Amino acid sequence: MKVSTRNLTIAGLAVAGMFWASVAAAATELRITWYSDGNEGEVLRDLLDRFEQQNPDIKVVVDNVAYKAILESLPVQLAAGKGPDMARITDLGGLSKYYLDLTPYLSDPEYWRQNVGPFLQWFRQPGDKTSIHGFMTQLTLTGPYVNKTLFDQAGIALPGEDATWDDWAAASNAVAKKLDIPIPMAMDRSGHRFAGPAISMGAKFFDANGEPAIIDDGFKAMSERIVEWHQDGTMSKELWGSVSGSSYRGANEEFANAQVVFYMSGSWQVGQFSKQIGDAFDWVAVPQPCGPAACTGMPGGAALLALKDSKHPKEVAKVMEYLASEDVLAEFSARTLFLPAHIGLSKKGVDFKTDLPLAKKALDTFLGHLPKVSQTAYDLQAYPYNRVLFNAIISRLGQAVVGELSLDDAYKRMVQDIDTQMAEQKRTK
Amino acid sequence: MPCRIPMELRLREQGERMTLRSRQGRRAAESERRFESVLQLPWAFAMRLLELPMRGVQRVIGQGRMPWVFVMPNLLIFGTFVIVPLFINFYYSITGGTDLFPANRPFVGTEQYDLLLDCEDYLDPFSCRQDRFWRGMYNTAFFVTFQVAGMVGISLITALVLNRRIPGRAFFRSVFFYPVLLSPVVVALIWKWILQREGLLNAFISDWIGNKTLWLVEPGWAMFWVISVSTWAHMGFYTLILLAGLQSIPGDLYEAAEMDGTSRWRTFWRITMPLLWPTMLVVLVLALIKSVQTFDEVFVLTGGGPGTATQLIVQYIYETGFATQIQNFGLAAAASIVLGVVLLVLTLIQMKIGSGKGKW
Repeated sequence: MKVSTRNLTIAGLAVAGMFWASVAAAATELRITWYSDGNEGEVLRDLLDRFEQQNPDIKVVVDNVAYKAILESLPVQLAAGKGPDMARITDLGGLSKYYLDLTPYLSDPEYWRQNVGPFLQWFRQPGDKTSIHGFMTQLTLTGPYVNKTLFDQAGIALPGEDATWDDWAAASNAVAKKLDIPIPMAMDRSGHRFAGPAISMGAKFFDANGEPAIIDDGFKAMSERIVEWHQDGTMSKELWGSVSGSSYRGANEEFANAQVVFYMSGSWQVGQFSKQIGDAFDWVAVPQPCGPAACTGMPGGAALLALKDSKHPKEVAKVMEYLASEDVLAEFSARTLFLPAHIGLSKKGVDFKTDLPLAKKALDTFLGHLPKVSQTAYDLQAYPYNRVLFNAIISRLGQAVVGELSLDDAYKRMVQDIDTQMAEQKRTK
Repeated sequence: MPCRIPMELRLREQGERMTLRSRQGRRAAESERRFESVLQLPWAFAMRLLELPMRGVQRVIGQGRMPWVFVMPNLLIFGTFVIVPLFINFYYSITGGTDLFPANRPFVGTEQYDLLLDCEDYLDPFSCRQDRFWRGMYNTAFFVTFQVAGMVGISLITALVLNRRIPGRAFFRSVFFYPVLLSPVVVALIWKWILQREGLLNAFISDWIGNKTLWLVEPGWAMFWVISVSTWAHMGFYTLILLAGLQSIPGDLYEAAEMDGTSRWRTFWRITMPLLWPTMLVVLVLALIKSVQTFDEVFVLTGGGPGTATQLIVQYIYETGFATQIQNFGLAAAASIVLGVVLLVLTLIQMKIGSGKGKW
């Protein structure tokens, strides 16, 4: 039978049309911009695969990027209106103008208010008391780790619960001297890391009107210690001195290589240390060193937030509800070894998926820090422009540490940097 | 002393070889053409199609203006991605605020430039309001002076050596070029690992010195290594250019100099350098421009540290515009315009000096 060209063309077009229609009616594609400290990317992918099985009309693509991209490229994308549907963000207040209010699309907003609760305020713009934008993927707390094996080998006891920063510096120096360890104390080169100890020393960070006023006696007390420690060898200039400006420099590699006795970092390292160090030596989270005012670290964490750029807010709400549900979040926390910022889960506890007793103990220690976190620390974390403060502090303190600036000049420059940036921000229409 | 064959005999031999080659060549070329024409059919067809509109265009604008049609696509791309952003950048530098879109940014006149140039003592960066900008400028000036001088000098010496008949010449010619092929991030990372406390360098020399030197923590050493690593990474490129320049110098001149009994030093200064000078000028201009733009390898190697000892101007622009929470596009744009003007002036001065020296 001879098939006419016309009929063949019609048939072909029909098939193409059906195919195209089926593709078009298929998945709504959502994009998440995500970064990972440890294995969160893999765990998220796993959870989302299950979600996609339950919801075949929604496809979620996870773009795994470096943390630097979240800090530097994402704000530019959002400003240009070309952002993703959701993103894992740490600069919670700074990007708050780009978040999508999910309340009209959620099936149970009350669940969010009860469980995400106090953290919802970290995502809101000043004056907004009701919106729901997302949830915390983890709660982090800054706090110290020590290489207990080195203490044991040196025969020196760990300082106790109420030990001060000076006690820890002395003990770390003693251990390092005995065992010829190059770096007695290390702290991540980060204003966020510095803030906890500064608050312990009495720093208030804000004036009576809630405006930034960082230079006070407490702040100076901690700054002087940091500079002194770098002069006398307690801290090594190869960490803070190896970058300039507000660049971050962690000391986790040096700690993992047993070159550091005492390492001030935070709870997000537990997952990484479990993999990198394992049980090669006893890495132990210890109580927060104290100052005259407090024994506090800084709370923090990243959040998964819905963004205004999204063209599918209903589907975004579905994904968010799934990921923020108690079971799924419990599994996420258990597998990533992150502390959950979820009221329900923090009461019930999380069965962390690790065979390493060191990791379990470290997480419990960090949970124990939580009640001691000072209100100033919470206020600082909630302040939308806290990164301006942190960048100014670390950039100028870094210069003081290497001897480029005196501490007095550094304080003046910090205030100047903050004022210049805030003035520019106020100029925005 | 090479055997001297009479000139006429050499020329006749060359001529005969050429004739034989051309007959053979013509036959080979013909069969090649037949084979190629089959392969080229689709391409020829596409070009035939293109000819129709082109002929139409030529009828309208005339043959004299046709080159513009061929140059236009590249000009458009260049214009869109280089010239237009240049003007947008200038507009950013006279506006303020943190908005990304120029239309939303308030006009502030020369405020950003005033902030940048506000100094009590221009020779002391720490007396300036934007101390890190001036520190960046001074560091860049220092870096450029020593890096360009060092790199061009080393490239010239290497090119001179590689121009001679040495064993393994082809191998060495390629080996010197390899670092140029590497990504600057890779180069900086490798050198960082070599120079760190437990790195290769300390492994070799710590026994002699007695302790491990933190090379990148001393400001002086940090700058030294930044210049050295940058020189190492880029010299192959300029060696290649200078080598090409050296090979274009006729050998007869050297023969004549040799016959006259001229010293090697005098040959270098009186024959090689003057004839190499146009190439040298190109190399100097390219090296200067590239050097001022240095960012990636320094950023990865030292991050601008310790303190701001190796923070160059492009890093300041990047940090002001992107790395801070309040991304200050206006100030960063102003700094980049100032840098551009300085670079333009330097290049013009260099070309003026260079064109004068051509008459050696």
